Amino acid sequence: MERLLEAATREAEQAEVFAVRSESTLVHFEANRLKQVESRQSSSVALRIVRNGRVGFASAGGAIDVDRLVQMAVQTAAFGALAGWNFGGEEMLPEVPTYDERVVALDTDTMIGMGCRVIERVTARDPQLQCEGMVTASTGHVRIANSSGLDNSYHKTGLGVALEGVRVNGTDMLFIGDSMRSTHLFTDVDELTQTMLRQLERASQGAVISTGTYPVLFTPHGVGAALLMPLAVAFNGKNVLEKASRLAGREGERVFDVSLTMRDDATLGESTASAPCDAEGTRSRRISLTERGVVGEFMYDLQTAALAGVESTGSGRRADARSQVRPGMSAFVIEPGEATFEEMLAGIKEGLVVEELIGAGQGNLLAGDFGGNVLLGYKVEDGQIVGRVKDTMIAGNLLETMGVSVIIGNDARWVGGSLWTPSLLCQGVSVSATGG
Amino acid sequence: MRDHLFEALRSHGADHVDIRVEERMVTRISYRGRTLEEASILSDSGGCVRALVNGGWGFASFNDLDSLQASVRKAVAEARYSSGDHLSLPEREPVEASVTSLPAVSISQVSLEQKKQMLDEYNDIIMSSPRIQSSHILYGDTDRTVRYSSSDGTYIEQKVPDLSLRLTAIARDGDEVQQSGVSVGTVGDLGPVMMLHDQAHDVAQRAASLLNAYSLKGGEYTVVLDPVLAGVFTHEAFGHLSEADLVYHNPQLRELMVLGRRFGGRHLNIVDDATLPSLRGSYAYDDEGTPGQRTALIHDGVLEGRLHSRETAARMREPFSGNARAISYRHGPIVRMSNTYIEPGDVSLADMLADIEEGVYVKDWYGGQTSLEMFTFSAGEAYMIRNGEVAEMLRPVVLTGNVFTTLERIDAIGNELDMNQGGGCGKGGQSPLPVSNGSPHIRISRCVVGGR
Repeated sequence: MERLLEAATREAEQAEVFAVRSESTLVHFEANRLKQVESRQSSSVALRIVRNGRVGFASAGGAIDVDRLVQMAVQTAAFGALAGWNFGGEEMLPEVPTYDERVVALDTDTMIGMGCRVIERVTARDPQLQCEGMVTASTGHVRIANSSGLDNSYHKTGLGVALEGVRVNGTDMLFIGDSMRSTHLFTDVDELTQTMLRQLERASQGAVISTGTYPVLFTPHGVGAALLMPLAVAFNGKNVLEKASRLAGREGERVFDVSLTMRDDATLGESTASAPCDAEGTRSRRISLTERGVVGEFMYDLQTAALAGVESTGSGRRADARSQVRPGMSAFVIEPGEATFEEMLAGIKEGLVVEELIGAGQGNLLAGDFGGNVLLGYKVEDGQIVGRVKDTMIAGNLLETMGVSVIIGNDARWVGGSLWTPSLLCQGVSVSATGG
Repeated sequence: MRDHLFEALRSHGADHVDIRVEERMVTRISYRGRTLEEASILSDSGGCVRALVNGGWGFASFNDLDSLQASVRKAVAEARYSSGDHLSLPEREPVEASVTSLPAVSISQVSLEQKKQMLDEYNDIIMSSPRIQSSHILYGDTDRTVRYSSSDGTYIEQKVPDLSLRLTAIARDGDEVQQSGVSVGTVGDLGPVMMLHDQAHDVAQRAASLLNAYSLKGGEYTVVLDPVLAGVFTHEAFGHLSEADLVYHNPQLRELMVLGRRFGGRHLNIVDDATLPSLRGSYAYDDEGTPGQRTALIHDGVLEGRLHSRETAARMREPFSGNARAISYRHGPIVRMSNTYIEPGDVSLADMLADIEEGVYVKDWYGGQTSLEMFTFSAGEAYMIRNGEVAEMLRPVVLTGNVFTTLERIDAIGNELDMNQGGGCGKGGQSPLPVSNGSPHIRISRCVVGGR
């Protein structure tokens, strides 16, 4: 790695090396039983240079030929983006506990047991349910060094359980599921089991809703399925810079309901999106996206920040270890409120609870549109869940739906390791239904 | 490499072991508006071992190719965890083959600079169009060599280049933002990708006109799908259901997807064919060393076949179809489609529209997803149909429905097949896999269209 940085610095004004190695074990379940145990060993290096003021980028997975990698980066720098920034130097990083030795020590039999326990309990309730999913444990090391003297590194562990159950009855299919992810060890999968059992219970009857505009109660999963993607797009510094985001130029303005406080926070430790610094070495910090409905900061990496004339918020992310840096979310946090789930339900005369969508994110995300087909959702009548809806689509716009009259639940939880959110009750969501 | 792989396969103590080793070079160029956002070259090399022990699979992937022998041992040890459910893969004759595709204008013959120039031209067209705020251009090409060898003596070396390009125009008027895009793909052939100037122009114009388009009132309509969107429908709504790995272990699904069951009218014929020349979903051998082939999925409206890996074919006692594919050495092969399409019927587009009083004409794809039973897919373009004619443009719409009722509701199939190469398929964490899909125009008598 030193050799690569050295060789690159000879060819360029600035250079940065991002190196990751990791090992993971993946335990796959299918048809209610263990299907396959899998292991992954991985190492890769990404090189970014600034040569004649332009960015060059090359990466390699596996065997690394230093000279070839430098030449590849030089080749792309001939017409790369103009670099408007200088790589940051050494700075104090926050303590972010992303590593747990107990995850490294976790044995395969324990992982198999975790999956089996959930499957046993949910299939005991419904023997027709077919479960599939995965238990994964990983450990990795990340190092970022650049020609400005920055040399950050950290260890990271991750443990995840994700299970889905399908019940097929003729041409009728029910999908339930939940997941837990943390950088730290957990072996108690009871919460996940309870969520799946509750979903089974709530979906036990069928119900029909007619086309119209209704209040919709998004469970934490539902927030993840319907609202997270358009929110990520709206707060992305790149979209703001290009004025493609509808939040562009609206800092300090109350755009969202006054009860909504949202942040992006890579320093939380237990989230699998946590890290002491981002993918270009900038220190992680809590980013206040919206405080009591008022738009605050947006998420920037070095390049986007330089173009926007602001500082990087430490939001430089890589889609994978071999990819370029872009601004993006780490852990997205919606502050919980006061209302219990039952209180929120009680306030609905007629409406929906939405847990999971399919086909979400296909609409005009830049415009803030959200929507999709309700994969798992329930009809509410007079404050009671009466059954599961099918053949039902929801559609709305972020700025309208989250703009006014949002009731915030007190039931915040992690969804997929990178979203911390309570249930949200939103008004005036458009629902299209066929009844079959 | 061949000898190196066979050496590693010499003693393993498993019922079956195979190794895939892969090298890949990827070039990516992207623009956001006038700004070149990314120009990068990515190289990757690695491999994986898959072992079968008494019905249980183990799988190990790695970057470190020196530890091949150790990885074989690891995969075999992992397989023992899930063994017990006996499986014997059907015997086969060992094959030795080397497959190279020869595109007219190969991605490796054209310099990075020339590729960038081509994209500059498209971007200029989009950005200089009226009311365009920004653009998004995503170009990627891949040169990939995969070497497969198995304990039964098969060794196959395949070069599989791929290319995809998406042009998106973003128009804005005050708070109103609309976008329109076009996707193309080839088997690493730059030729067709170099002549998209008219498409770039159309995309920009369409994005601008969306700013003034009306939103559709959500509800049930008679819908006519163009070949691109009908192809996506075929892939999403039906194709995934015919993947045997979703079906074989589920008694209820097996009953639902029993061969001989009627799915649509006699005019409905759906095929998956990996042997079509020069399509992104084509291949000589799948990632288990099984030759790619043509599989009739629906014949005269009746379920006739399904897509298999060696395991699912053995477990369901059906002929294998050569559809086990992996996106890279990081993943084991799973059952995937190749080129999937509805065969042409005999109805012209004009006849299809003629008796529709009020309906929706949907074109081009924006995305699609299925949960087996339900599908959702979004159109890139939508227009009202009024009194048998295509009328005013609509804001983007999403179509959804129940797969089974919708297949039955296809009441007209057009007479001209068109294959769409712009898509990629995602399944089991493996995305995007190059596939293509196609269809003639089709009409669905009643379908839910989401609007606002």
